[in-house]
Amino acid sequence: MSAATESFLAPGDKAATSAPPPPPRPRGRRVGLIASLVTLGLLLAAWSLAAWQAWVSPLFLPSPIAVARAAAGLVTDGFADATLLQHFTASLGRVFGALAASLVVGVPVGFAIATSRIGRGILDPIVEFLRPLPPLAYLPLVIIWFGIGEGSKVLVIALAMVPPTVISTAAGVRAVSEDRIRAARSLGATGSQVLRFVVLPSALPAVLTGTRIALGTGWSTLVAAELVAATRGLGFMIQSAAQFLVTDVVIVGILVIASVAFFLESVIRFLERRFVPWSSRL
Amino acid sequence: MSTLRLDTVSLSYAPVGADDGLVLDRVDLAVRTRDFVAVIGRSGSGKTSLLNLAAGFLQPTAGSVSVDGKPVAGPGADRAVVFQDDALFPWLSARENVAFALRLKGTGPAERARRADALLERVGLAGAGDKAVWELSGGMRQRVGIARAIAAEPRFLLMDEPLGALDAMTRERMQELLLTVWRDTGAGVLLITHGIEEALFLATRVVVLAPGPGRVEAVIEAGFGRQFLSGRPAREIKADPAFVAARERLRDLIDPLETKAAA
Repeated sequence: MSAATESFLAPGDKAATSAPPPPPRPRGRRVGLIASLVTLGLLLAAWSLAAWQAWVSPLFLPSPIAVARAAAGLVTDGFADATLLQHFTASLGRVFGALAASLVVGVPVGFAIATSRIGRGILDPIVEFLRPLPPLAYLPLVIIWFGIGEGSKVLVIALAMVPPTVISTAAGVRAVSEDRIRAARSLGATGSQVLRFVVLPSALPAVLTGTRIALGTGWSTLVAAELVAATRGLGFMIQSAAQFLVTDVVIVGILVIASVAFFLESVIRFLERRFVPWSSRL
Repeated sequence: MSTLRLDTVSLSYAPVGADDGLVLDRVDLAVRTRDFVAVIGRSGSGKTSLLNLAAGFLQPTAGSVSVDGKPVAGPGADRAVVFQDDALFPWLSARENVAFALRLKGTGPAERARRADALLERVGLAGAGDKAVWELSGGMRQRVGIARAIAAEPRFLLMDEPLGALDAMTRERMQELLLTVWRDTGAGVLLITHGIEEALFLATRVVVLAPGPGRVEAVIEAGFGRQFLSGRPAREIKADPAFVAARERLRDLIDPLETKAAA
């Protein structure tokens, strides 16, 4: 103890001195990434081995090289009268059309459910009815009602995307801090100003989360939507390839769908960091 | 000169007619512009409910809340509130937070920024306008919260334990800031606090609430804040025998049980 230290401890009090805990080591993320890459490598190796040793017929499991060759062929020559890019843009167009529709419908519905008892009473049952339905269940009905055109395909995807958008938005609106609303009102905000300047920005992170979930749901509905009367699209490509047992094209299609989903997820996460950086901090 | 008046105000969270759930029992309180009224009391004495009534966030079960005789129907910019957990808008920069009231009034962006920067400088945050809320420490956030409230040019500043979450050193700096803001704006201040010394140092009048249900136990006039504003150091004031005596008196009022046990 240095000479300048004074003690104000009463007899019997224990000095509360202990060494500070060591700082956590920032290696958790890297370890996780390495584990993921190793897993991926092992799967690829097992696949190559199975194909090379011909444990499985190439008809069912073509080798990674055959799949890569099929992918190259899809890019240049295409499959079923369209290149991979054309299939891809057809699918992406449908999913983004459905996303636009589900935002236009889902965000206001979410607001209505969160802010009004009547709105909740009217809309909640519809959303809850729609939410657990698998797209394949309502696909036939959509076709009976709206035909086999492009609109039906977008509608099938949109029906799957609306519930997550609504539910996230409503949760975000409900979670708006009461103190922030009060702060705005005590600074002179009217009801509509509170909605515009406080509730809307407060709910934005939840709307983005909803968009992320909805995009995942929509993208996974794609194959169902392209089951009937499609001439282009990744889902259509997979199905028609499967009918002719062109397994390598099926695998390429699956891989493309998976990578696009991963890419979209990353884009939304980027948007979240860019536009609502405060949501994870406060 | 304006007066914010709570007139025999009672507040109950229970249905009308029931006896339980009474939070405030016939409380009278008047804050005039240039008054600095501090309300202290133990938890459960309804301090925060009192502020919520004055702000118009709650309506009294009985009695009336009025400004210059006009009943208060809801919150308004004449009674700006500073919250304990700052309640800043994290999607706005510090400057935009301060400018919020001006934006509501439709002030143009250039004028908004100019006045917000001036206010930030006044609360000791010159140059911090572009900072995001999460980049600010607790004390800095509360300074932004105060600047945001005075930007509305309120006649009354209502503060709900604004320094409660700050560390001791920061709190003393902020107490001095509250006094200069009070002097410069000429607003009437209603401060809710659990700090006996803080109430006594800042207020021109200290109102002691007793719990269960909340009612006015005592009102003590004080003037130590004015001494500080005329240049006497805070530490000297707080060590003054008159200050210490008043502080002990308040402590007795708030915690009578301990006094009895000691006697």
